[in-house]
Amino acid sequence: MSPISPERSGPFGHAPNSVSQTMIAVLLALVPATALDTWLFGWPAILLFAVTVGACLAVEAACLAVAGRPVMAGLADGSAALTGWLLAMSLPPWAPWWIGVVGAVFAIALAKHAFGGLGQNVFNPAMVARVALLVSFPVVMTAWVAPQPLSSPDSPDLSRSLAITFAGEHLDAITSATALGHVKTELTRGIPATESVTSLPPLRDMALGLRAGSLGETSALLILVGGLYLMARRIISWHIPAAVLGSLFLTGTLFHAIDPARFADGGFHLLSGASFLGAFFIATDYVTSPVSKSGQLVFGVGCGLLTWIIRTFAGYPEGMAFAILLMNALAPIIDQYTRPRIFGRRRDGQALPLEEKA
Amino acid sequence: MKLFPIRGGIHPDYRKELSSERPIVPLPLPAKLFIPLQQHIGAPAEALVAPGAYVRKGQLLARGQGPVSAPQHAPASGTIEAITELPGTHPSGLPQPMIVLVPDGKDEAAPLPEPIANPFDAPPQAIRERVAQSGIVGLGGAAFPSAVKLGLGEQRPLDILLINGAECEPYLTCDDRVMREHADAIVDGARLMAHALGAPNVVIAVEANKPEAIHILNCTAAPFPNVRVTALPVQYPMGSERHLVQAVTGRETPARRLTADIGVVVHNVATARAVHLAVRSGLPLTHRVVTVSGGAVREPKNIEAPIGTPLAELVAFCGGLTIEPHRLVSGGPMMGQPLASLDVPLVKGTSGILALTTQETAEHAAGPCIRCGNCVSACPCGLVPVELAALIRKDHLDRAAALGVQDCLSCGSCAWACPSHIPLVQYFNYAKGRLNADALAQRKLEQTRTLAEARNLRLEKAAAAKRAAAAAREAAAVSANEEKVTP
Repeated sequence: MSPISPERSGPFGHAPNSVSQTMIAVLLALVPATALDTWLFGWPAILLFAVTVGACLAVEAACLAVAGRPVMAGLADGSAALTGWLLAMSLPPWAPWWIGVVGAVFAIALAKHAFGGLGQNVFNPAMVARVALLVSFPVVMTAWVAPQPLSSPDSPDLSRSLAITFAGEHLDAITSATALGHVKTELTRGIPATESVTSLPPLRDMALGLRAGSLGETSALLILVGGLYLMARRIISWHIPAAVLGSLFLTGTLFHAIDPARFADGGFHLLSGASFLGAFFIATDYVTSPVSKSGQLVFGVGCGLLTWIIRTFAGYPEGMAFAILLMNALAPIIDQYTRPRIFGRRRDGQALPLEEKA
Repeated sequence: MKLFPIRGGIHPDYRKELSSERPIVPLPLPAKLFIPLQQHIGAPAEALVAPGAYVRKGQLLARGQGPVSAPQHAPASGTIEAITELPGTHPSGLPQPMIVLVPDGKDEAAPLPEPIANPFDAPPQAIRERVAQSGIVGLGGAAFPSAVKLGLGEQRPLDILLINGAECEPYLTCDDRVMREHADAIVDGARLMAHALGAPNVVIAVEANKPEAIHILNCTAAPFPNVRVTALPVQYPMGSERHLVQAVTGRETPARRLTADIGVVVHNVATARAVHLAVRSGLPLTHRVVTVSGGAVREPKNIEAPIGTPLAELVAFCGGLTIEPHRLVSGGPMMGQPLASLDVPLVKGTSGILALTTQETAEHAAGPCIRCGNCVSACPCGLVPVELAALIRKDHLDRAAALGVQDCLSCGSCAWACPSHIPLVQYFNYAKGRLNADALAQRKLEQTRTLAEARNLRLEKAAAAKRAAAAAREAAAVSANEEKVTP
């Protein structure tokens, strides 16, 4: 009667989800923070954002073509756009165009397609690119600017912005330090953290994003809004963000209590740098984080602790990207040790013993 | 009643409203019935009738063979046209032996076994025998001979008979309707089964999305202090035997064991009704209630139909198909079997016939795994489907086995939740099939080896005995000679 051959097992129904829907939801969740930050950092940020996302899409298309895979379907899954978006958000907002392009090559060609494409990469592509850029071009990658909202007279107009992004106009006059960088520099000069933080914007402004920092990482509040949206849509669960932020906050608070002059407090750690962006959007990257909930907790705690350690003891003021990459490398091992217990079996795989009836 | 949480699971779009308010309607007698000899787990039945024979309604057509088997009875009076091989109700559509019965419409009844008077005073064995005689198998879909399952109380102490009215599969409403319309029969059948099992308590467990059924069962069970009705949370696969036991009792069945080993036996609600009919009226299992539904069916219905009815007739009774379905499924959409055609018969284990549209099946080409972990969260068995699938794809079946692929229920929660539409169940069924076949081959090999070794030993022994006998004869001859010589 019917010509359909039953060539497969069930189920004959499916959740209303797909990879591209997931990616689009994450992109949507990034919109509020991105919108605020591009407004705060003005036209150069908008230009850099466009260049970075465009470059990622172009590199993705090229890699897919070289690999002989369908190009349009690959672009449509939204993963390259998301990588580009996150990379752009982690760049200094007034960085020149080639930073975005070189970053795109690092992220898409090296970190993703060299490993086999979507789902195969060990490391988060955007963070690989961010770290590779930071190591290769430290000066450009740490040229921060203070927020100059589009509405303010200091904000560069479009033609000057084009010059900043594409012609490499010098920024010396306007650079500003990030909060983390400031505290670290002051510490090396012997000025205790308790004093150096007083010259920073108040925590409330830092939460809103009114601080120097990467293109999309400054507004903890709006990133939190996006993260909560993803949780509500069940795209991400609370495990990784809570573990990252919780461990970072607790470690910061603990050491601050021990020696306030040497260690900045937990709240400062939470609201500075890329803490929120990393916790909600980078560490939660499906491909490079563990698959089980318990594994995700371990992974998140690792990210939080390493971030604090790198920020406090290492040469770089910000450690989120390094911490996430290090934990990415551990994700397969974490997966092995955090498999759920199988129904009817003990953790070691032996069948549960039969209880003797009394 | 306190319930216990079960791991994982999903909340699919249930679509039960398509047929849940359709009362059970009887199917007019079809022109021909095709009764497979094997409709159950175990050995096929052996036909007792010959082509041309006249049979009456309820007459035994084929008897069960061996300890795990079930007989088949005539759903109507009529003539046996043939006993032949025809495509079976199975994804392969491979031919299997069937009795073809042409009903005469007279519904002349065969003499039925007498109802068991005072069954609660009768020995449990009497009820089990009646259930076995009546051809009753698990009507939830597994079609395991019920009498065998009613004998589980022989060796072990049981404390709960759990009647499964979860009906957690989307679309299916036949159990819901049976509960609403035949609550008396279910409660009585459950008490009879509990008697057969020697289980002091009965729990009838129904998912909370069937409030009418729960209400009616509660009212019906009220006079019996040992029968309780409980509302389960709506969570697929709540109706899985082991998970149901865990949800109701908090006990976790050890791997590779039966729920009976922890004191609980599970039977389906429709099976309870069949037991009631067999014990109280002597009726064999010749009909069942089946849900015909899906977006491609004009008028979804719950139909009480004779076993052996061609599925096409059931669909025609529902007004036929409105559009070409994308999938035909026997059973529910999650764990049901795809059908190549509707020209196969209704069997005892068929709970549903679904004609699903493209929108409903939502099939999609599989994409790369993005390791989202949905499958890990969804798996009610605590497996890591993403890892298993990767191993199976590389044919590392031994490693997949070590990670528990054989503990997989094939419930389909992982594949349902996978955003990349990876056919995970397909991988696991493949692996389970291969591992079973390998184990079987291994067992055969070992058996052959044992037999060969035993044969060699036997031959050696025989040869040794022969040699010994020859030597003895020789010795005797020699000594006889000597005796002759010596004196």
